[in-house]
Amino acid sequence: MDRKLKDLVIENSDTIVQMWLEEISKGRQNDYTSTISEELFESTNREFVNVIFASVEKQGITTALEDFSERLVNLGWPLSYLTDGLQSFRRVTINYILSEQNQVGTEYFSEVLQAVDNWVDPIINKLVNEYSGSWEHIVSLQRVALQELSAPLIPVMENITVMPLIGTIDTERAKLIMENLLDGVIKHNAEVVLIDITGVPVVDTMVAHHIIQAAEAVRLIGSTCILVGIRPEIAQTIVNLGIDLSKFPTKSSLRKGFQSALELTNRKIVNTSESHENDIEQLVDSLDGE
Amino acid sequence: MDFQSCVNINKEWDIVGARQIGRDFARKIGFGTVDQARIATAISELARNIYLYAGTGKICFETIEEIDRKGLVILAMDDGPGIAEISKVMEDGYSTSGGLGAGLPGVKRLMDEFDIISEQEKGTKIKAVKWVR
Repeated sequence: MDRKLKDLVIENSDTIVQMWLEEISKGRQNDYTSTISEELFESTNREFVNVIFASVEKQGITTALEDFSERLVNLGWPLSYLTDGLQSFRRVTINYILSEQNQVGTEYFSEVLQAVDNWVDPIINKLVNEYSGSWEHIVSLQRVALQELSAPLIPVMENITVMPLIGTIDTERAKLIMENLLDGVIKHNAEVVLIDITGVPVVDTMVAHHIIQAAEAVRLIGSTCILVGIRPEIAQTIVNLGIDLSKFPTKSSLRKGFQSALELTNRKIVNTSESHENDIEQLVDSLDGE
Repeated sequence: MDFQSCVNINKEWDIVGARQIGRDFARKIGFGTVDQARIATAISELARNIYLYAGTGKICFETIEEIDRKGLVILAMDDGPGIAEISKVMEDGYSTSGGLGAGLPGVKRLMDEFDIISEQEKGTKIKAVKWVR
């Protein structure tokens, strides 16, 4: 029975393809594919239907199917294109078989349905798996990438280290910040650590809590933590929330924080050209004196 | 302009989503940057409370307009365990999770109006309003 139906479908593949293409194009006007160019849409459809027929014929997953799904994933075609396409294929094929055979009876109906389901379902499963697998892969890669840049530590000068924070801080990241901060302080032998929160959009009690804990831990290992990059609106929300940040120094900008870090380590920035002029002036003065 | 939108809070990253939408709302209504930051922080606190204590819930935003003023309403709703002693929760420095204990009293100070209804074993509903100055 299955064999017979399959032969029928494959022999009349041209008609079914025509019906399928009509069906697919019908729903095209106002959906996600409307931005795709006509030619690309048609050639993809042709390829898609060929792939479907190839898998129906061979009764199983072909390399052509794998290649096709991989390419669609890479091009960013929506998953619903594939599922819609296969659903219409199922609909069209069943309609076609039933209209050709002129047989009636529930048993025959269910046999046809089952046969077609057996062809289409493995393809749907395969494509959906491929698709979601590829997305999961991308998400996990991005997660790793995010983690890599979530808590960087820059030793800008001897004894002075900066940790610029950008973006939202969640629990996982807060843990990383603490670990990296303490590791880095020991490794770079930092006396002063500047935590820069210029790029943190919202400082709520959780973020503040984590920063306070990190600063406290840094203090315990004998270094000083300066919180820099507090924007005016963030300062106001911190005051409104009633968060006490008085235990460690804070500065509005990284530049000011860096200056006080230099002061704490008994250094200062000297403008070399100016001091040069002074030298010459002094020299002239001393010459005048003679 | 009386439209409404809701964000479901199921995982930690939903807090960021809620914040983003709330900030967009605030910008559209015409809040300044300081008030936008206040609103975003308040949403963050409310969403985090849902995530930490109730597990799941939702945050809804609504714009209200009266004759002489307009503002943003934030509704935080959950079906969590509820709050046993509301007066204690509204005290500064009270926390059951080792946090700073500034969340709810902080939200009250960040917003203009603050209303909390909580029934044990049934859930909590918080309504906070900020008016455009």
